[in-house]
Amino acid sequence: MEIKMNLISEDKINSMTSTEKLRFVLDGVKSGDIVVLEGGLTSEEQMKLIELTMTEVDDDFSGIEMSGYPSKKGFLNIRKKTRLTVIGPAKMMHTTKKDKDLISAIISAI
Amino acid sequence: MKSKRRWKSILTLLRRALSFRKGTAKIGIYGPPNAGKTTLTNRIIHTFVDENEDVGTATEVPHETRRAVRRAGVTIDLKAKSLENPNSDLNSESEVKPKRGKAKLKLDVVDTPGLATKIDFHEFMAYGLEEDEAKRRAKEATEGVIEAIKWLDDIDGIVLLMDSTEDPYTQTNIVIIGNMEARGIPIIIAANKVDLVDASPQRIANAFPQHSVIPISALKGENMLDLYEEMARRFR
Repeated sequence: MEIKMNLISEDKINSMTSTEKLRFVLDGVKSGDIVVLEGGLTSEEQMKLIELTMTEVDDDFSGIEMSGYPSKKGFLNIRKKTRLTVIGPAKMMHTTKKDKDLISAIISAI
Repeated sequence: MKSKRRWKSILTLLRRALSFRKGTAKIGIYGPPNAGKTTLTNRIIHTFVDENEDVGTATEVPHETRRAVRRAGVTIDLKAKSLENPNSDLNSESEVKPKRGKAKLKLDVVDTPGLATKIDFHEFMAYGLEEDEAKRRAKEATEGVIEAIKWLDDIDGIVLLMDSTEDPYTQTNIVIIGNMEARGIPIIIAANKVDLVDASPQRIANAFPQHSVIPISALKGENMLDLYEEMARRFR
């Protein structure tokens, strides 16, 4: 069975509102895709994504697996620069190792 | 728009800085499922309120706590406790430590459901629950996660509990810490379950070097004095 990955550029992500981003990600993941966001989601957006996911968990969709590099301190240490985030269906994706600059994940078909 | 949001965030930080010391702080006990949140909350209540009062039941089944529970009016008074019982380590079953605490803090403790990105009813069936019961529990657990997230809007500080035997570098932990930092809410990490042989609180300290990490055993009451002192220092 094939697994589809959507690699989304930072430009595309930045053109969306937070709500659009979360809907876009969750719709992709619920259809069985692995979504990789260049530039990533902020921690606030990730928290909202968890909240949105929980409203849609049912017998067939158990939730998401999400991994991302932690954000970097930006200008004057005030604004944080987010980095890559990868999100997939919990039943298909399993993060095996993760640190500040490395994410290892096993992705398998259901 | 972004600049408006930044000003709002700065105003929130200022408001917190000015108001935090005036009233009773609402302190949330957060963490992943089975980290020991209810055990810690019960330990705090037993030590400073009533040794027979529980806010919830702790079991090995994940998501046992599916509603946030607020216990108002808890006073952490280390001086009074040390005078009351000078040879104890605040209910510790472990070795006696020299007393040094004089800190005092009034707070409401909020025991929250475990935060998770996935909830599969099959996991509950592995603990012997029937399918219907497992599905009902899973539904309640999803509502609990949402409730825990919503409580963050009303919290003045959090104790983020992590299991010292597990890899701390999970996305859920990172998301909680990132959110607290963005909101300017003080955070203490408690590295729980240090009574277990494979516990490694140092791994948690290495993963989050920018935060205070206090190794504890909420179950055995080990090192609780350090946690209470840090709470009194950070949350006053």
